[in-house]
Amino acid sequence: MTTSGRVALRTQALTKVFRGFHAVDSVNLEVREGNVHALVGPNGAGKTTLFNLLTGFVSPTSGTITVFDEDVTGQQPEQVARRGVARSFQITSLFETLTSREHVELALQGLTRQGFRFWRSEKLLDRHRARVDELLAQVGLVPLAEKPVGLLAYGQKRALELALVLALDPRVMLLDEPTAGMGTEDVDRTIELVRRIAAGRTVVFVDHNMHVVGSLADRVTVLQQGRILAEGAYDEVRNDERVITAYLGEAEHA
Amino acid sequence: MTQSVVTPTPGTEAPATIAGGGSRRRWVLLAVGLVAALALPWFVYPPVAMDIVAMALFAIALDILLGYTGLLSFGHAAFWGSSAYVTGLIATHYGVPFPVAVVGGALFAMLLALPVGYLSVRRSGIYFAMVTLAFGQMVYFIGYQWSDLTGGENGLQGVPRKFFGIELVETESFYFYYAALPILLLGMWGAWRIVHSPFGRVLVSIRDNTQRARALGYEVEKYKVIAFVLSAGLTGLAGGVFAINHGFVALTELHWTTSGEVVLMTVLGGIGTLWGGVLGAFLAVMLADYLASSGFDGIDLVTGSVFVLVVLLFRRGVWGTVRHQWLARQQRRTSSRRASASADPARRRP
Repeated sequence: MTTSGRVALRTQALTKVFRGFHAVDSVNLEVREGNVHALVGPNGAGKTTLFNLLTGFVSPTSGTITVFDEDVTGQQPEQVARRGVARSFQITSLFETLTSREHVELALQGLTRQGFRFWRSEKLLDRHRARVDELLAQVGLVPLAEKPVGLLAYGQKRALELALVLALDPRVMLLDEPTAGMGTEDVDRTIELVRRIAAGRTVVFVDHNMHVVGSLADRVTVLQQGRILAEGAYDEVRNDERVITAYLGEAEHA
Repeated sequence: MTQSVVTPTPGTEAPATIAGGGSRRRWVLLAVGLVAALALPWFVYPPVAMDIVAMALFAIALDILLGYTGLLSFGHAAFWGSSAYVTGLIATHYGVPFPVAVVGGALFAMLLALPVGYLSVRRSGIYFAMVTLAFGQMVYFIGYQWSDLTGGENGLQGVPRKFFGIELVETESFYFYYAALPILLLGMWGAWRIVHSPFGRVLVSIRDNTQRARALGYEVEKYKVIAFVLSAGLTGLAGGVFAINHGFVALTELHWTTSGEVVLMTVLGGIGTLWGGVLGAFLAVMLADYLASSGFDGIDLVTGSVFVLVVLLFRRGVWGTVRHQWLARQQRRTSSRRASASADPARRRP
């Protein structure tokens, strides 16, 4: 991966204050095109708030967000998604009554006008079949395609989350703790999966698992109390004194 | 649920979803429903039969919002009642065949629903219900105050029933029923089309997880407004036929108790099923009619008690419970048929 590409995602002095608490505090983040960029930091460091800011779920108190030099500050989540920034959720967030296939169909339809066609049959969604099968195959869910997701195992739901993000064919993928709550085996499988889908894409992810961060990230930004504490390649960052005391130290000795 | 064969390669035979049994069951239900609708005025006093079908469409229209989008509108009397008035006024002043008047009423309801929906969908949950209730009350007071037009407390009297000079339809309720039935059935078909369209799929996703739907790029508020307006339009069709059926529009049609009644019917039957609304309307209207004709004056007491009992005993409503039992039985059958095939977790109750 290169570090010379265009800037895919940039925040300038991005700040979010919740009732006087600076959850995210003048963050200047730069994610280069084609990079896999990890956001790490202890609980409450502002990672999820930053994600919510980047995807429009929370609007900033001040500062700006640009996606490929286009200002998206203060836009709604659906507008941000339409600009090619897709996200997954830390807590599995699916449509309990729908099947995996129906999920992916919805995701593929999301950026078109097809969803407004209330006078057409839902068979119209079959036109996505080939692409749906391809995406489900990528995350290994083809055999479970017709099951309501309420019946899927945890790891399978996480895999579906990734398929949904991929379905949007995003320019920037934001993955909020893709391995949260997984056992070692699933973690390794997910690392493989993310590595595969990250090829040629810009990815920003949050994860507490340093093994995941070390295996995937080209670049790491360490957050603490809403501020950027350090930034660099994984090996640089993990040897940074401040980072060791703030976070990595704890994690490695744990 | 027919589990498809595991197909690791895309592009092979399309997995048959619920196809076979499910869709056959659907056709059987449809046939039974149609026969019931056609036979109804032979067994029930025709004006009451008409009320049942009109109420059924009303409940179905509400279910698009309540059952499929997850929005509890507590102001649908505004669309039902205003369409009844507009239908009545068109029929009175222009002497057009009643279907034309009904369509006019429905269009008015949709027009009214546009601003109401636009402002209401900004809130969700109980706040959405309260905002729609407030709008419903506003419309009620307009209907009450503007008595030159609406007849105020006296209601709109003497609404004519014109039908291309066909006297049987114009004078006899029995024949009127068959003339008006297609309008209501068309409305029901429309509701079915809506919930089984790409649009309907989005509505369900909004109901299940609004934030997720937004993250997929769906402009949730637009979808909600469209659903609201469509629901109001179907409600309007029902309200218009109701007005022509009675030849009279009472102020009650705009009252919030009417909004409450239709919510009650829909929940009684079972939300998110469409058929539930039909069953709920049938049960509620029949019960009220039976009690009224037997000279009992505590109708609301009885219907209220029935409602409480049903909700306590069958959380999914009458139809919803029957359907759930049926699906669970199907599931048990299929899973025992391929008992050794897989270790399927038992269907979890949501």
